[in-house]
Amino acid sequence: MSKTDWPLWEVFIRPRRGLAHTHAGSLHAPDAEMALRNARDLYTRRQEGVSIWVVPAAGITASSPDEKDSFFEPAADKVYRHPTFYDVPEGVAHL
Amino acid sequence: MSKADLHHGDDALIAAQRLAEWTSRAPELEEDVALANIALDLLGQARMFLSRAGDEDQLAYLRTDREFTNVQLVELPNGDFGHTILRLLFFSVYQQQLFASMRGDEIADKAAKEVAYHVDHARMWTLRLGDGTEESHGRMQRALDELWPFTHELFEGNDLRAGWLSVVEPILAEATLTRPEDGWAPTGGRSGVHTQHLSYLLAEMQVLHRAHPGARW
Repeated sequence: MSKTDWPLWEVFIRPRRGLAHTHAGSLHAPDAEMALRNARDLYTRRQEGVSIWVVPAAGITASSPDEKDSFFEPAADKVYRHPTFYDVPEGVAHL
Repeated sequence: MSKADLHHGDDALIAAQRLAEWTSRAPELEEDVALANIALDLLGQARMFLSRAGDEDQLAYLRTDREFTNVQLVELPNGDFGHTILRLLFFSVYQQQLFASMRGDEIADKAAKEVAYHVDHARMWTLRLGDGTEESHGRMQRALDELWPFTHELFEGNDLRAGWLSVVEPILAEATLTRPEDGWAPTGGRSGVHTQHLSYLLAEMQVLHRAHPGARW
């Protein structure tokens, strides 16, 4: 078994009444089919009505911590960049 | 006491005990969780069936091997991983057929859902190992030859074998394994005649209860 490659997979789960898939954790599995089943055991306890995505960790490109400043630091002094001048209309649940 | 409940309960209890022996010994952490999960499902089924047959703890802990009515298949030692997987395949496909034939029964309906998952798990591994490397294929074929005789006992007193074969045979074929000829068919489990493995299993399972009879846990 040690000779088999068990790569890392990232698991995203949408709960029964959830709106979006959320990163739940990671696991090792030989392929997507097995990763899906392992994810069900490890992260959902086989609850009905959940949706699971598994993605090979190698397929994910992450932003680099070195670029944090240029990537994420908002230009806070340019207030017009932030949509804070609007009242959220009533009934808009997920803004 | 319903004999059928006792049979189903004993099968599930002994199968659970064997699977639980894998805990922390599986080939991968994820597989450890999966096997423990299945063992838990089976123990749950055992509790339901035995509770319907009588007092679950009395039945589990205070009967001798001659009083247990499980099929011999489930009491056989785990062997290697492939051996365990194949035994799980045979037993869970049998359970799937059994519970389908019991539709409407509260316990069977509940267990059927779990068993579908067990079959799926065993099928995936059977395909992987049977059609994996030369080594894994050889081990699976050996396990198959060894276990096949013990599958006949599952179908004593029922007509589930045709349905069972229609599920099992295609899986074995897809896994590139050769289904053995029917021949020797050991039997006796249902009437308390077991292999030498059961009494060791029970000694371990029952030791505490027998040392402290009547204690509450």
